[in-house]
Amino acid sequence: MTTQTTTHAAGSTAHGHGEVDYIRENTSPLSWIVTLDHKRLGILYLVSTLTMFMVGGVYALLIRTELLTPGRTIMDPDTYNKVFTLHGAIMVFLFIIPSVPAALGNFFLPIMLGAKDVAFPRLNLMSFYVYVLGAIFALVSIFTNSIDTGWTFYTPYSQTTSTATISMTLAVFILGFSSILTGVNFMATVHKLRAPGLHWKRLPLFVWGIYATAVIQVLATPVLAITLLMLLMEKVLSIGWFDPRLGGDPVLFQHFFWFYSHPAVYIMILPGMAVVNEIIATFSRRKIFGYMFVAMSSVALALLGFLVWGHHMFVAGMSEYATMVFSALTFFVAIPSGVKVFNWVATLYNGSVSFQSPMLYALAFIVLFTIGGLTGLFLGTLSVDVHLHDTYFVVAHFHYVMVGGTVIGFIGGLHYWWPKMTGKMYSEKIARIAFVFIFIGFNMTFLTQFVLGSQGMPRRYYDYLDHFQPLHGFSSVGAYVLGVGFSIMLGMFIYSLFKGEKAPPNPWGSAGFEWATSSPPIMHNFHGTPVIHRGPYDYHLATEAELFDGFPEDLPATAKPAAAKPAAKQAPEPEPAKAAAPAPASREEEE
Amino acid sequence: MASAHDDSHKKWGSWLQHHFQEPVQQFETAKLGMWLFLAQEVLFFSGLFVAYGVYRTAYPEAFEAGSAQLNRIIGGFNTCVLLVSSFTAAMAVRSAQLGKKNQVSLNLVITIVCAFAFLVVKYFEYSEKFEHGLLPGNHFAPHMAEIHNWVEGATGPVTEMPAKTHVFFGIYFCLTGLHGIHVAIGIGVLIWILARNMRGEFSKDYWTPVDIVALYWHLVDLVWIYLFPLLYLI
Ligand SMILES: [Cu+2]
Repeated sequence: MTTQTTTHAAGSTAHGHGEVDYIRENTSPLSWIVTLDHKRLGILYLVSTLTMFMVGGVYALLIRTELLTPGRTIMDPDTYNKVFTLHGAIMVFLFIIPSVPAALGNFFLPIMLGAKDVAFPRLNLMSFYVYVLGAIFALVSIFTNSIDTGWTFYTPYSQTTSTATISMTLAVFILGFSSILTGVNFMATVHKLRAPGLHWKRLPLFVWGIYATAVIQVLATPVLAITLLMLLMEKVLSIGWFDPRLGGDPVLFQHFFWFYSHPAVYIMILPGMAVVNEIIATFSRRKIFGYMFVAMSSVALALLGFLVWGHHMFVAGMSEYATMVFSALTFFVAIPSGVKVFNWVATLYNGSVSFQSPMLYALAFIVLFTIGGLTGLFLGTLSVDVHLHDTYFVVAHFHYVMVGGTVIGFIGGLHYWWPKMTGKMYSEKIARIAFVFIFIGFNMTFLTQFVLGSQGMPRRYYDYLDHFQPLHGFSSVGAYVLGVGFSIMLGMFIYSLFKGEKAPPNPWGSAGFEWATSSPPIMHNFHGTPVIHRGPYDYHLATEAELFDGFPEDLPATAKPAAAKPAAKQAPEPEPAKAAAPAPASREEEE
Repeated sequence: MASAHDDSHKKWGSWLQHHFQEPVQQFETAKLGMWLFLAQEVLFFSGLFVAYGVYRTAYPEAFEAGSAQLNRIIGGFNTCVLLVSSFTAAMAVRSAQLGKKNQVSLNLVITIVCAFAFLVVKYFEYSEKFEHGLLPGNHFAPHMAEIHNWVEGATGPVTEMPAKTHVFFGIYFCLTGLHGIHVAIGIGVLIWILARNMRGEFSKDYWTPVDIVALYWHLVDLVWIYLFPLLYLI
């Protein structure tokens, strides 16, 4: 039994049978703008991050179009510098970082914990508006002379460029605080708002992943904030901590920046992995193999992530001994990453695997993340890095992890939870078509770039030698295919909002906790407080009714709660006292 | 557990938010949240402390000369003011736990007055530095007549300051400035808590916000406890 809702008499009159879902509870625009509900905030984040994804995507297509041919194709070099900077800054700070944690995490973390909301709902609303404020500052920067430093704001160039670094730095500073506040909120939620019976060994792996992410958000992001503040102070007051002319050290800026930005890579990838856990378990009908190892590997990645920042600076003039230590520590990252990949594959083995669209994305994640991870080892090797540093090899590696990993995981999660969030089913056929475009387009774009990089094509260059043209052209065509795939997907989702079939509570037949409530969930998530009696992947303990993928009224008579009793007896409940609670009450109500 | 839920909400005041089961859960959550926020604050300041460490090692004589220009007596006075304010903040929490509303107000008022005193003293310190041309970075133009001799035992006038002394003053102004902003924010939240206390929102059962704000105030104090010796004494 997952979430037997032990609704008592008073509660059932209050949260009666006909309770409306969170979307229909109050439809006025004002109720959305000032909402404290984590689900609505999740949706607001989802809409904002997807918008930013489109903006960043347009910049990506502009970059690839310019690189179709050597020399000028559609823009001049200065514009090109601004376009690739904005692509990076928008995708990293406005899309990827908030995508899974703030959008899907906000929506599902409390539901998976059996809580009514996050720990601090008002803080949650505030983080959203801090995010909006940061986005406004970024827009101001774009419309006032833009920025051309690359998303890393390296000194001394960021000190001397005439573009709008100040407003962009402030934008990222503000966005950082949105991320920190979300992290604080989620950590407190996971610690203090778990439903009765939901101990740490029963936490869904999505929660583990978001928790590990939150640890990094709280401990790394403030370092970025102070770094950017120092950069601003340097620009305004010429203090001399980064400017060599005043006695400063530009490499110190790189240390500060990467002390945040390497852990930030785990802020981006851990949530993607977290989503993949849920999808793989559901579509393999199996408990994730080595559950505790997978959970702990997230925590291990979060902690190891703080010790490896120097691998971004092997050629920046650090001491040889420091580079050796950072290189060695970087290889340790392969251990928890490998633990995850091997355990996912082991989960598939002997699982009852089905290939609906979310699962296609999860499998693509495993393949693409593995390529991205292994090519990371090339870059972590000192001698090889000297050759590959600042080439397209780095670009390809980064995109295999961030797009092939995080974005694919995010989109997989979007497909997986779309019915729960919106109450609508999308067209599975079109979803698969879009997947094919995305998978092929992505590999065309970036597999090519590994080759380009290993042949010596430097990253960020506006122009290139003629003999790179075929590969650059192929990569650009791949980007268009990728763009078509994303457009089809977006159209499919929007269409489903208006014309999609109504979604049953548990369309995938999952044993996960979030599927026990209606689609879309009611305002308080559950009727009464759920009491948890098994883990989220314990398919052998779940009843037929819990795993039923249709509407409750269509439940076969044999699977009705009364008949479900023998199944419960077969698998003894771990907590007999609580199991004795009147489990079927809520289900009878729903009928 | 579930069945106790709705009744308990009736039993407690409107301060118990709907997504908590019972007061102790709300209290512990708020406290954990504040501790996490404070951890974030420590790392926020860390960048400046690291910069201090790096450049102190790189330019020791500049830091020695710069440090000698700061007034230890005034710095020490401000340290005492903050320590007193931290004590009264703790006393405000204790009084709140005992439900003594007037004592909470009194302690909060003393805390706020101390915080203001700190900022006023800081204002005079800053303006003296400005007048003597002890400014960060490019703006550094010391009036040599006003410079204290930092060499042990020497008393005569100084003709020149070490090459990178402007870096010391850059770090000095940024560290104390960021700390000053935290003091100003602290004054804001302390006044907010004072107003809520006067309205009678707190009781023996509910004093979480007093505790939370006091925790923040202790951190502001603690940061200064590190700043004072690093900038003024060594
Ligand atoms: Cu890294």
